[in-house]
Amino acid sequence: MAVNPEVEGRTYPAIPTYVVSRVKVAEFAKAVGATDPVHSDVEHARSLGYADVVAPPTFAVIPAQQAEAAAIVDPEAGIDFSRLVHGEESFTHHRPLVAGDEITAATTIDRVRAAGGHSMVTMKTAITTVAGEPVCDVNCVVVIRGEQ
Amino acid sequence: MTVKASELNVGDSIGSREIPVDRATFVRYAGASGDFNPIHWDEKFAMSVGLPSVIGHGMWTMGAASSLVSEWVGDAGRVVEYGVRFSAPVVVEYDGATPLSVSGVIKKIEGDRVAVELTATQGETKVLSRALATVDISER
Repeated sequence: MAVNPEVEGRTYPAIPTYVVSRVKVAEFAKAVGATDPVHSDVEHARSLGYADVVAPPTFAVIPAQQAEAAAIVDPEAGIDFSRLVHGEESFTHHRPLVAGDEITAATTIDRVRAAGGHSMVTMKTAITTVAGEPVCDVNCVVVIRGEQ
Repeated sequence: MTVKASELNVGDSIGSREIPVDRATFVRYAGASGDFNPIHWDEKFAMSVGLPSVIGHGMWTMGAASSLVSEWVGDAGRVVEYGVRFSAPVVVEYDGATPLSVSGVIKKIEGDRVAVELTATQGETKVLSRALATVDISER
């Protein structure tokens, strides 16, 4: 089943407040092999002018994917998760995420298009602090493989 | 921060690294990221949906590749833009997989913004394409 193009432009509810923690930042950094001490050493991070340890550049995928989940399970969108492949991802950071940040994220389906029997869905997720300060814009393209 | 604008030229290498991968790598990433899709850790399930074996998370590959940039610039908080296309999965056989090889070259310098193009391969297979990270090297 192809993805329903009528969901283009639909924005889904924001996720509950996500609090960036030192432990999660260090755990994520270790998982991707990032050895920069700015992820784990608070004093080092502060010496560089940050309020606390800095999340790796792709850490924002955690709240982003939580927000995208609302689009993926929307029955009107018709996205078959079992046929979903990640096509593209990009992050535009207005500032780095640091431990202690209280953020939220909301996803908009930007584009749905058919390509060679597959559906390509572009989702844009805005990550902001709970006070509304923009932190990161996330762009994600998923490909829903067509049935052969 | 370890890089200085006056010392950088388009075409310069930022170095390279080899990152070993095994099943535990992806179990660890699943836990850290919250993405528990079984194609990343359950071989029987992965093969039942037509994959050659367990495959890594694309987002792991993207994250691992970015660590080369962070280490080069000397401050991960300087990465202001980062985008990739996933061109092939990292395949992880049970008995040990080919490591991920990452290298980078300076593509563009515009004022305090330096764009680095990354190459990420597993053996002969290019796993990322159009992988571009932009770092801010301004004095603070």
